[in-house]
Amino acid sequence: MKASTLTIAILLAAASQSTMAAELDLKVTNLTKGIHFTPLLITAHNSEDTLFEVATQVSTALQTMAEGGNIAELVAQATAAGSDMAANPAEGLLAPAASTTATLSTTDGNEYLSLTAMMLPTNDGFIGLNSWKIPTEAGTYIINLNAYDAGTEQNNELVVEGSGAPGTPGIPAAPGGDAGTGGTGVLSGDTNTNIHIHPGSLGDDDLEAGNSDLSNTVHRWLNPVAQLTVTVK
Amino acid sequence: MLALATTLAACSDNDNDPVVEEPVVVEPIVVEPVISEFTITFSNLTAGQPLSPLSVIAFEDEAPWTFGTTASVGLEMLAESGANEEYLSYESALAAVSAEGAIGPGETTTVIITVEEQETLNLSFAAMLGNTNDAFTDLSSLDVSTLEVGGSLSRTTTAYDAGTEANTETAETVPGPAASGEGFNEIRDDTADIITMHPGIVSNQDGLSTSALGVEHKFDNPVSKIVITRTQ
Repeated sequence: MKASTLTIAILLAAASQSTMAAELDLKVTNLTKGIHFTPLLITAHNSEDTLFEVATQVSTALQTMAEGGNIAELVAQATAAGSDMAANPAEGLLAPAASTTATLSTTDGNEYLSLTAMMLPTNDGFIGLNSWKIPTEAGTYIINLNAYDAGTEQNNELVVEGSGAPGTPGIPAAPGGDAGTGGTGVLSGDTNTNIHIHPGSLGDDDLEAGNSDLSNTVHRWLNPVAQLTVTVK
Repeated sequence: MLALATTLAACSDNDNDPVVEEPVVVEPIVVEPVISEFTITFSNLTAGQPLSPLSVIAFEDEAPWTFGTTASVGLEMLAESGANEEYLSYESALAAVSAEGAIGPGETTTVIITVEEQETLNLSFAAMLGNTNDAFTDLSSLDVSTLEVGGSLSRTTTAYDAGTEANTETAETVPGPAASGEGFNEIRDDTADIITMHPGIVSNQDGLSTSALGVEHKFDNPVSKIVITRTQ
């Protein structure tokens, strides 16, 4: 009896050591020249409940975020999973070159960080971090983030009001006010319906016509598109 | 150190000081400054972008530029024309040097910088991508305070946009060999006058009819590789 109590105590000690809670300072910087980010969602979660997984089909919640910037469903999902989160720290859009900060206290077992935000103007592009293991050692860590394509909508590059609902084709908004109209639609042969690295926007040099409503000198980007700085206290 | 010794000696000579019984002789100590030397190799990883002479600036804690801020005139000149005299005259520089010349795609250059040893020492590197309006590649700040003699650090760099000139890619505005257009122009006509990452060039083969650039001038990150070795 005594021996087994001791064993349990050791096991508990080991378990609490490996699932230690953490205090994090977070900073997200938009590195792009002409892309806005919709409300950010940053979650600390267990090894299962990431916000997304590359090369898999998106959840409806993620599709809703990637096509329209709405994080309500992702927040509900993360809440149900017992994740800790910083939702919409910038209180709206994060403009090119702008930064926002947040603090996050993680609970035992939530040892991974994930992050999402839609990129505007794109059809279903988003910035993402998938299950980054939170270091136990105090310090400052810098992570470069890439642009992903949710794989749920053809990148026709047409700005269409009200197209933020999942399944409605089009780019819901161009917050920089620098997109055009009258495009005929980019015909993309991208048939990958799983989450993949975004191939980039094409754009064109005619804001009143052409294939795309995007400007090819303003709305393209190269990776990385965002930087996350995590300070473990 | 010498000045301090003199002050102490002067103090002990003071007749009004009752504590001092006999003069303390302080031998003046001449301290040779310790010089750190860094040898930097800089490799151009692009397909078709010449890189202007590499600027290297040693500084204590204030980097020559910061992401998301407005470029100094020195950085504007470097990013629009490749000329780095103004940039290298940065007021907080402990030392500043330029590589001898521009390097073509696939080429490597070496540059040496020497600076008095500091408790906190950072190096900053910058060069223009010649066949662009105002793209530059840079490592804004690299801490070399604890780098031992013989030790080295290796980094790759990404492309930034100075935000000082619109990315029109026209023959009139791109100074590199692809166009031989104008270099520095003090007019700032970009979408926002701030330093961001560069979105890449479009080229006339990918939808920008007025571009003087071809598909061979496209680049992606990383743009260069920098190896810093402390050689003294």
